[in-house]
Amino acid sequence: MIEAIDIHKSFDDKEVLKGISTKFEKGKTNLIIGQSGSGKTVLLKSLVGLHDITSGDIRYDDNSFLSMDNASKKRLRQDIGMLFQGSALFDSLTVEENVRFPLDMFTDWNLEKKRERANFCINRVKLENANHKFPSEISGGMQKRVAIARAIALNPKYLFCDEPNSGLDPRTSIVIDELIHEITKEFDMTTIVNTHDMNSVMGIGENIIFIYEGRKLWEGTKDDIFHVQNKELEDFIFASKLFKKIKENNG
Amino acid sequence: MRMFYHLGRYAIFLKKVFGKPEKHSVFVKQIVREIDKLGIDSLGIVMIISAFMGAVITLQTAYNIDLPIIPKYTVGLAARDSILLEFSSTIVGLILAGKVGSNIASEIGTMRVTEQIDALEIMGINPAGYLILPKVVAFVFIIPALTVISMGVGITGGYLAGSLTGEVPGPDYIYGIQFAFQPFYIVYALIKSVVFAFIIATISAYWGYHVQGGALEVGKASTKAVVASSVQILLFNLILTQLLLA
Ligand SMILES: Nc1ncnc2c1ncn2[C@@H]1O[C@H](COP(=O)(O)OP(=O)(O)OP(=O)(O)O)[C@@H](O)[C@H]1O
Ligand SMILES: [Mg+2]
Repeated sequence: MIEAIDIHKSFDDKEVLKGISTKFEKGKTNLIIGQSGSGKTVLLKSLVGLHDITSGDIRYDDNSFLSMDNASKKRLRQDIGMLFQGSALFDSLTVEENVRFPLDMFTDWNLEKKRERANFCINRVKLENANHKFPSEISGGMQKRVAIARAIALNPKYLFCDEPNSGLDPRTSIVIDELIHEITKEFDMTTIVNTHDMNSVMGIGENIIFIYEGRKLWEGTKDDIFHVQNKELEDFIFASKLFKKIKENNG
Repeated sequence: MRMFYHLGRYAIFLKKVFGKPEKHSVFVKQIVREIDKLGIDSLGIVMIISAFMGAVITLQTAYNIDLPIIPKYTVGLAARDSILLEFSSTIVGLILAGKVGSNIASEIGTMRVTEQIDALEIMGINPAGYLILPKVVAFVFIIPALTVISMGVGITGGYLAGSLTGEVPGPDYIYGIQFAFQPFYIVYALIKSVVFAFIIATISAYWGYHVQGGALEVGKASTKAVVASSVQILLFNLILTQLLLA
């Protein structure tokens, strides 16, 4: 479980996160939803320590992140897998080398064992015949899969995904969403996914928080989300014509 | 004010770069790769420029001291000293600031804007140390070789230009380049080139590492890297000359 306690984050004098508290549960896909610019990426990066927060605290299974020394932070990092908005694969390494990278850096395994683990992860995300290709030679959807494989290589306890289906077509998006969801269950991880895609919300939203201009306006599950009386959230959901239609048909 | 801001941030950046490397075996492998990328790949341009500059220096000197009382071998001597003192370190340094500096800044900058640096950081790796230290070490290590090669090629270029045009007969030139030779000039050039390599690698990496934005900003950072390292090369050329030769 990861807990955010009254997180504030400012850049210079611009306050982007204005006091966010919530709990992200273990074994679930926790979604952070909100419009572009609402602060989702900043929140995610603050949770993992890529941004230093201005005030508040972050707890990983009851250990305060801010009061950890560097060695503990480093140990924690190896329990974190992260999927970035643009995949962030290393351009100069092949698919297999990308997935093997965390193993190369943090294990003393021999090459054979590392390759075995890398291939396990690559197969797990259902990638075929791409081991020796470079990131620039594969499609966006495949890059996301590689990024997932790399993120799970060290068997992390926590998985962070920043818009895992940005730039993908709707069908591939669903496949990637489901993959993240399955992996979360399979390895019992605490997964946090940023998205502004309502399809993801309806597909895998077990625990959802809605961020609006740096504040948490709502928290709940995909089953309650349509019954909420909140103007900002409704505007967000029904920006999609499809969902508007569904709502009208349901009366 | 901006200058102090950058100076401070550069100092903090250097501290990160020189942090303890993650894993020895990985570090060594990276250095070998960087020597190939930064050093061997620069060999071509260094040789071409040195050959032509050596030739031009020789011919210009020959045309300028066209007095019968001055012996022809002085041309060899003058060409040698220009090449050793200034050309193979400073001019080659400026050329490499363009080639290697923009290469480093754009590579690191691209990794920054595509979040590859964040990806390293999230794994618990010190990105500055992991990505940049091998470049600095490799470049500082390889540049003396480039400098010596540049000297050899430059002097040979002068010889060929002098004898092919008939302006400076071969034997005179050979005599000239040995006349009153000061081995310290080579040491001086090597010291300068090592300092320049450090300047190019760290300043360019600094600009790349701190890019914010997208591809456009990477381009700008790359330009800044070349300009800033060139200016520092000129400044340190002055300082080192004062320290070493005065
Ligand atoms: N490094 C930074 N420095 C200054 N401001 C920043 C920085 N990073 C983000 N911001 C600002 O914080 C706000 C929130 O940005 P953020 O990237 O978190 O949005 P987002 O919800 O992830 O949007 P998107 O869906 O488009 O990815 C934006 O107004 C952005 O300009
Ligand atoms: Mg974002």
